[in-house]
Amino acid sequence: MDINDFVANFAEQFDETDPSEIQASTAFHDLEEWSSLTGMAVIAMARTQYGKPIIGKELRQCVTVEDLFNLIKNK
Amino acid sequence: MSAPFNPFSLSGKVVLVTGASSGIGQATAIACAKMGATVIATARNKQRLDCTISQMPQGEHMAICADLTLQNDIDALVEQLPRLDGLVQCAGVGSRVLCKNMTKDDIQDVFLPNVEAPILLQAALLRKKKINRAASIVYIASRAAVAPSIGNAAYSASKGAILSYARCLARELAPRQIRVNCISPAMVWTNLIFNGGVDKQQLEEDELKYPLKRYGQPEDVANLALFLLSDAASWMTGSNIDLTGGAMEL
Repeated sequence: MDINDFVANFAEQFDETDPSEIQASTAFHDLEEWSSLTGMAVIAMARTQYGKPIIGKELRQCVTVEDLFNLIKNK
Repeated sequence: MSAPFNPFSLSGKVVLVTGASSGIGQATAIACAKMGATVIATARNKQRLDCTISQMPQGEHMAICADLTLQNDIDALVEQLPRLDGLVQCAGVGSRVLCKNMTKDDIQDVFLPNVEAPILLQAALLRKKKINRAASIVYIASRAAVAPSIGNAAYSASKGAILSYARCLARELAPRQIRVNCISPAMVWTNLIFNGGVDKQQLEEDELKYPLKRYGQPEDVANLALFLLSDAASWMTGSNIDLTGGAMEL
C-alpha cells in the first residue's frame, strides 16, 4: 500500500472538497464535507479497493488520513 | 427590459435523457431542448436517436448510443458526458406475463432494463462526479407500482423497486442540494402499452373510462419532467407525482 495513492483514493470519496485540501496529515473529521455519508463511502473504499473491512468505531478513532491508512494497512 | 418571467426555463442546463429514441423519453428530450437545455439523448438505436435530435431547436445537443443493460456501454457513455444539471431516466420496457407463467427470463427481461440499468447508470454518474450540485434527477416510474392489473406483476414490481430506490437516493444526495423525484403516469400512448396481445381498439375503449376521457400523451409526462428539472421545483425532492388523467386504476 502506498500512502500517496491512498490519500488520492480517500480524496476521491468527496464530491466538493478539492483534493489539494486533503493530505496524509489532514484531520479529516474537521473537513466541512465530512459526514456519515462520506464515512460510508470510505468504509466501502476500504472493503472494495483494499479488501479490508473496517467498522464505524475504528473510523471514528482515526484522526488523520494517515491514521486511517495505518489502520487499513495493519488489518 | 428585463427577461420575461419564466421559472421553468432550463436555459444553461445540461440534461441527460435515457430512452430518448421513443415515447416519453423522446418527448422529454425534445421538450428539454425547447425549454433551453443542452440535451444529451441516449438509447440503443442511432437512427431513431438522430430523429429525436432532428426535432430539437439548434444547440450543442448530442446523441450517444448505449445499451444500458451492458456495463461497458454505461462506462463508455459516462466517460463521454459533461457534468449534468439534469437527468431523466426514461428507458424501460413493458411486460405482460401471468404470475403462474413467470420464468427467470421474464423477470430478467423487465428487471435488467427497468431496475438494474438505471441504478447502475446512476452509480457510475455519481462515482465519476458527473452530477452537479443542485442538479435534478427524475425517474419515470408508473402508477402500476401501486395499481394492480392482470399480467402486470413483473412490470409493477420493477416500478415499485424504482420508487423505493429513488427515495433513498434523494436522501443520499440531499446534502449537495441534488433533488430526486419520480413521475408515476397512468396509461400513456407509447409502444410500451402494446404488450401481450393488447390491441388499439381495446385501449381506445378503455381510455374513455378515464375521468379526462383520454390516456396521456408523451408530452404530458414531458411537461411535468420539465417542471421537476427546473429551478421552480427547487424545494421538491423525494416525491412521487401521480399523473393520471384522474384515473385511480390503470
